[in-house]
Amino acid sequence: MSHALRAAAAAATAILLSFAAPVPASAGKADDTLNIAWAGELPTLDRYFNVLREGELVARMVFDSLLTVDPQTFDYKPLLASSYRFVDNRTIEFELRRDVRFHDGEPFDADDVVYTLNLMADPATRVLSRQNVDWIEKVEKIDTHMVRLTMKAPTPLALEYLSGPLLIYPRDYYSKVGSQGMGLRPVGTGPYKVTAFDPGKRIVFEANRAYFDGSPKGRPTIGRIVQRTIPDQNTQIAELLSGGVDWIWNVPNDQAAKLASMPNVVVQNAQTMRFGYLAFDASNRTGHSSPVNDVRVRQAIAHSIDRKTIVKRLVRGASEVIDAVCFPTQFGCVQDVATYDYDPVKAKALLAEAGYPNGLDIEFHAYRDRPVAEAMIGYMKAVGINAKLTYLQYEALRDKVYNGETDFTFMSWGSYSINDAAASVSQFFKGSKDDYARDPQVIGWLEGADSAIDPATRKDLYGKALRRIAEQAYWQPLFTYNVNYVHSKDIAFTPTADEIPRFYAVTWK
Amino acid sequence: MLAYSLKRLLLAVLVAVTVSVGSFALLRAAGDPAVAMAGHSATASDIEFIRETYGFNRPLPVQYADWLVKALQGDFGESLYFRMPVSRMLADKLPTTMTLGGLALAFALCVGLPLGIIAAIRPNSWIDRTALLISVTGQAMPTFWFALVLVVLFSITFPLLPPSGSGTWKHFVMPTVVLGYYATPAIMRLTRAGMLEVLASDYIRTARAKGLHPAVVLLKHALRNAVIPVVSLSAVQFGFMLGGSVVVETVFALHGTGQLAWESISRSDLPTVQAIVLVLSSFYVVLSLIADLLNAWLDPRIRVA
Repeated sequence: MSHALRAAAAAATAILLSFAAPVPASAGKADDTLNIAWAGELPTLDRYFNVLREGELVARMVFDSLLTVDPQTFDYKPLLASSYRFVDNRTIEFELRRDVRFHDGEPFDADDVVYTLNLMADPATRVLSRQNVDWIEKVEKIDTHMVRLTMKAPTPLALEYLSGPLLIYPRDYYSKVGSQGMGLRPVGTGPYKVTAFDPGKRIVFEANRAYFDGSPKGRPTIGRIVQRTIPDQNTQIAELLSGGVDWIWNVPNDQAAKLASMPNVVVQNAQTMRFGYLAFDASNRTGHSSPVNDVRVRQAIAHSIDRKTIVKRLVRGASEVIDAVCFPTQFGCVQDVATYDYDPVKAKALLAEAGYPNGLDIEFHAYRDRPVAEAMIGYMKAVGINAKLTYLQYEALRDKVYNGETDFTFMSWGSYSINDAAASVSQFFKGSKDDYARDPQVIGWLEGADSAIDPATRKDLYGKALRRIAEQAYWQPLFTYNVNYVHSKDIAFTPTADEIPRFYAVTWK
Repeated sequence: MLAYSLKRLLLAVLVAVTVSVGSFALLRAAGDPAVAMAGHSATASDIEFIRETYGFNRPLPVQYADWLVKALQGDFGESLYFRMPVSRMLADKLPTTMTLGGLALAFALCVGLPLGIIAAIRPNSWIDRTALLISVTGQAMPTFWFALVLVVLFSITFPLLPPSGSGTWKHFVMPTVVLGYYATPAIMRLTRAGMLEVLASDYIRTARAKGLHPAVVLLKHALRNAVIPVVSLSAVQFGFMLGGSVVVETVFALHGTGQLAWESISRSDLPTVQAIVLVLSSFYVVLSLIADLLNAWLDPRIRVA
């Protein structure tokens, strides 16, 4: 979009918000219908075959997993399982609940668990996120309400996978209708059932009144939830203001601030696990030498940028500056690492020491948050670093990163909403296509941390890796992101750091 | 006439093929479909897996030829994103886009024709100036901005119309006005120019000299001749509206082919984009062809050229 168009869009939004005085109360409360809107188009409701975040929101409503994680304390709790125990570091046994039925009336038992997990773990099934399943060796039925899961190798994230992405499907239904049938008419055990689905357009949920007592998710209270896909943010706001929808999210901070002052509208800002970072080609993967091959130049760049001001002025909300390459609540995300405070004098000195007393030119790639990228370029310019920005679509930039073609990038990472450093630091520093540090020591520590079961050992190894990464400035972590949830005053909604709104827990006020 | 028609037809087919080759090449240059399908948090092995599954690792000409052969048999393949036949998706979304395009064209004609005629009767009068202002504004105002202004006025300040969706006729009022307004200036200016030219011609003077009623002269003698280029323009405008309704469909969440095309491009959903490009460019080519032939039939001089 050109600057002129963007300015026009901003003006339109301003008009939208200034004219919008009369806000009707939610139309939904009267007929017990919660109307929600988001921009994403879900192609299928079979969660194993969609990768959109919105798919996760739907999955949590319609399906259950063996365990669940408390979104506030991050503790694991049994959900479809009634209890579980580690037999050894590769084997877990689950005792299953006896009072659970699928939406089609079929009782839930061990056959469903064995069928679903073995099917999804089979490479021939071609689920889209292989890392969720490829640690499973096999799942066996011990009796009708008892199963045993065997891992290929000790997997610290096993419980994390079992409490999120590994949903349990009804064996009879899924083997009959397949992924396509499930994608259109899903049948699960969850607190809501889907009664209509128009792909990419609309989903209608109805409360599952037979949902089992004692579920940590709680029983649903709102009778009907209708989701509509509205691609344009301004249209979403117009719908919210005219009472057409009760809940929207990902509203930009400037608009959220204006919406917050309106009657009948509640704006909640919450931090998310996604964080932004600068990545450098420390190991010269591109093959052409670059100034950032030198640790002093990387440290100079880190010192040249005032992250606090960027957070305060641009990113805003609940965002925070971070120094370790992981989200602070993640297991193993130690905070006692080298930090690079805003210090242009030191940055200049480091550049001079590295042999660039008159500054240097460098290629810089980014795919999102252009204002933040531009601000960083301004800061770098002030110490003599001329960063030439190439702004690309995510897909195109990701290709370049994988192919080892980038010297210096501004990226972000959401850790699959997994509260463990294995989903952040290990994804990027274990020698994969993403790894531009290629530090054998770091790789060794992370491999140890990812396969150890003892928490103390893991924490120690992640700490070593994170400290080495910070000291060498392989990355400069920037800040965590935040999300604005905007909704009608009629509903009680609690945001969570994992960025997975739980609609089944929403109640009328 | 036959030779001319065949020549135009061959040209039309060539245009359609060129467009589809061009869009195929551009889409591939824009990014890797496997990366787009796997989503933002996919690992490298996930992407490699998808690449092999869908045959994205084959040479590009092979992928294109494979698609074209099937498309000619009416099989546009399966959407990489929705995993359902593209033809079914088009059948679901085309009616919305056609309805919107048809209504918008009707709106543009209803506004453009009378304004053009009045402007031609009183050239350089305040009516003409007002019409000019309307047409310049229509060309200059970004569609989405105009759309939002209408939404603010008619959904929020005066809650008369729903801001988005496609359930009832009410949902189509604002999209029709926005999309139609965009096509109005061209129709109006062409009507005005045509009328001015015709009104200055000898046979109109003769008609007036015969003492015919001014309205008869205007509507029966002048408009009939002046409107011919407007008819062919309308055909092309209709094609343009089918393809150009992306913004309007997005703002009003209408879920038509325009919005589908737009979303599919960002998802690198090749079969869907390719099918939409082919179908819409075919519409456009057919409409242009009809306009060409219509003009040639009306004016024998064109056939020779």
